[in-house]
Amino acid sequence: MIELLQQLGKNTRTGFTKLGRGTFFLLQTIAGILSVLPRPRLLLNQMYSVGVLSFLIITISGLFVGMVLGLQGYYILSDFGAEETLGVMVAASLVRELGPVVSALLFAGRAGSALTAEIGLMKATEQLSGMEMMAVDPIKRIISPRFLAGLLSMPLLAALFSAVGIIGGQMVGSGMLGVDEGAYWSQMQANLDFQDDIVNGVIKSIVFGFVASWIALFEGYDAIPTSEGVSRATTRTVVNSAFSILGLDFILTALMFGDN
Amino acid sequence: MQHTNTQDTLVGLFVASGIAGLFFLALQVSNLSSFTEHDSYTVTARFENSGGLKVKSPVSSAGVKIGQVSSITFDPKTYESVVKLSIDKQYNTLPDDTTASVFTAGLLGEQYVNLEAGGSEEYLKDGGKIEITQSAIILEKAIGQFLFKSAEEKK
Amino acid sequence: MDNSVSPQNNLVSVQNLSFSRGNKKIFDDISLEFERGKITAIMGPSGTGKTTLLKLIGGQLFPEQGTIIVDGNNVHRLRRSELYDLRKRMGMLFQSGALLTDMSVFDNVAFPLREHTHLPESMIRTLVLMKLQAVGLRGARNLMPNELSGGMARRIALARAIALDPMMIMYDEPFTGQDPISKGALVHLIKSLNTILGLTSIMVSHDVQETAAIADYIYVISEGKIVGQGTPKEIEQSDSDWVQQFMTGAADGPAHFHYPAKDYVDDLLSTGRRY
Repeated sequence: MIELLQQLGKNTRTGFTKLGRGTFFLLQTIAGILSVLPRPRLLLNQMYSVGVLSFLIITISGLFVGMVLGLQGYYILSDFGAEETLGVMVAASLVRELGPVVSALLFAGRAGSALTAEIGLMKATEQLSGMEMMAVDPIKRIISPRFLAGLLSMPLLAALFSAVGIIGGQMVGSGMLGVDEGAYWSQMQANLDFQDDIVNGVIKSIVFGFVASWIALFEGYDAIPTSEGVSRATTRTVVNSAFSILGLDFILTALMFGDN
Repeated sequence: MQHTNTQDTLVGLFVASGIAGLFFLALQVSNLSSFTEHDSYTVTARFENSGGLKVKSPVSSAGVKIGQVSSITFDPKTYESVVKLSIDKQYNTLPDDTTASVFTAGLLGEQYVNLEAGGSEEYLKDGGKIEITQSAIILEKAIGQFLFKSAEEKK
Repeated sequence: MDNSVSPQNNLVSVQNLSFSRGNKKIFDDISLEFERGKITAIMGPSGTGKTTLLKLIGGQLFPEQGTIIVDGNNVHRLRRSELYDLRKRMGMLFQSGALLTDMSVFDNVAFPLREHTHLPESMIRTLVLMKLQAVGLRGARNLMPNELSGGMARRIALARAIALDPMMIMYDEPFTGQDPISKGALVHLIKSLNTILGLTSIMVSHDVQETAAIADYIYVISEGKIVGQGTPKEIEQSDSDWVQQFMTGAADGPAHFHYPAKDYVDDLLSTGRRY
């Protein structure tokens, strides 16, 4: 029993230590963004591996999620004779929740795990250490551009996800099930608010991009520099990102949509 | 250095399509496109009861949306609901004896302000007032009245 | 022993250094001097923290006690920007080469130049080709690091380490895992770079022959202490058992073949316990 408590205490302490290191790392990373700005080439290369390479998985998933929403929404709404509001249902669920959340989860799985593995392997092969000895700060040169790329890509990816999903819902709803196309769009426009829905959705996705990139980069930077250490860090990235994204989503939703 | 060129193009395409997605959401999906402040004028209508009307609820006439509710306040002297309607500039020929009523779109739908044009030669101006108003029909009240009436008829 | 070395002549000076990792004491109050323009080697068995010493000199690790002076600067008292400026004048050759895997050989060698100078691309090209020529790999400039053999990677890393014309280079196990031809090439390269460029070299190694061939001065370290020092000749003739064992490569001697354990027979006979 006492052993168990001791273990618990020890784990809690390592947890806090790691959080502390992570926070310090985050501050350094943010400070390093300043030195990325005069060198857009660094950012561009990372936008490619973080954004462009996630493009396909995000758009295809968005399309299917939208189509499923169209189908399920139609079955439920037609019971109440409210098929016309299908557009509202599809768009609201995508823009408020599914767009930011699902694309952030996919981002953590696709780009986040790749970032952790890349940074972890650079550490294991002494590339980071070598850079330091060449008087190049690896945080500024390697970490900050990737962080900024994640931060900028995430809202774009989430917007793409939602947009493609809404079109997918329309394809199923009015293409296959016969919901009036005009009603689909006009009901949507009448009921979704730019400030409350779109802007809040974008804010969510920026927060998720921030957290997912931070976790991915820190896990890589903090990985034990062996093949096993890097593979564990990659797993932790996906798991921790998923928890953080879903937990934060609850908090953000409560803050944003609470008083409506 | 050959590959960086295609890479740049792909990043460009990615950013452009992401921004296009944002614009699509803003303009096609939400109500941002419907009305903006600068090309509208405001009139005030006082209702005995504005029911479930909200800021940004639509204002329509003959079934066409022509504006939206910009504010709803309570007047503590007259115990009325003061509703400000912001109406698109292009519809500036509403007569000053127009009737404003709070209607409900469908059984479960949201409430909106319906404007029914009168016969006056004078038009409503910015800051004008709509004199004739009809309050929201409160469902519970209507059902209560209906039940009361049918009970009386049976006697 | 060469006692004529005056302190001003020493580029790097390690004084009373102590450092431990966990409970293991890696360095126990040792002092080393590295003379300008000379090749000084630190030898000792694997796991004696030789790489750690290089990282301490480079300011990547902090000592528990003692000071390290590089070119008149106390490495661990410098501010971050000063440390980075100092590092620009220090080259380090990592055991693995530590080439950046996402760029070509050319870009790897150009990396420090592009990061620290604003030279035009044409001049960078000339400098990179000169450095690559010096290590004999000008023809390999378009290869990626994963297409290089271990020896080639190390030579490229050496070209990168001298890109900024440093005052010193630290070699971490430059000969480990190399075939005899590559070893020969590296021995030749390190020696000639040292004479031609007037570099100060600090070399960490456990390859006795190669090191003895080029080093001007050798320290032998074991269990955190200096057990022998002198010119290669003096080391060879050392009467220390320990140094003799290391130089001749005997399996057992003062350094034990076995990791510390309890008595062998007792261990075999004790049953019922897993450890």
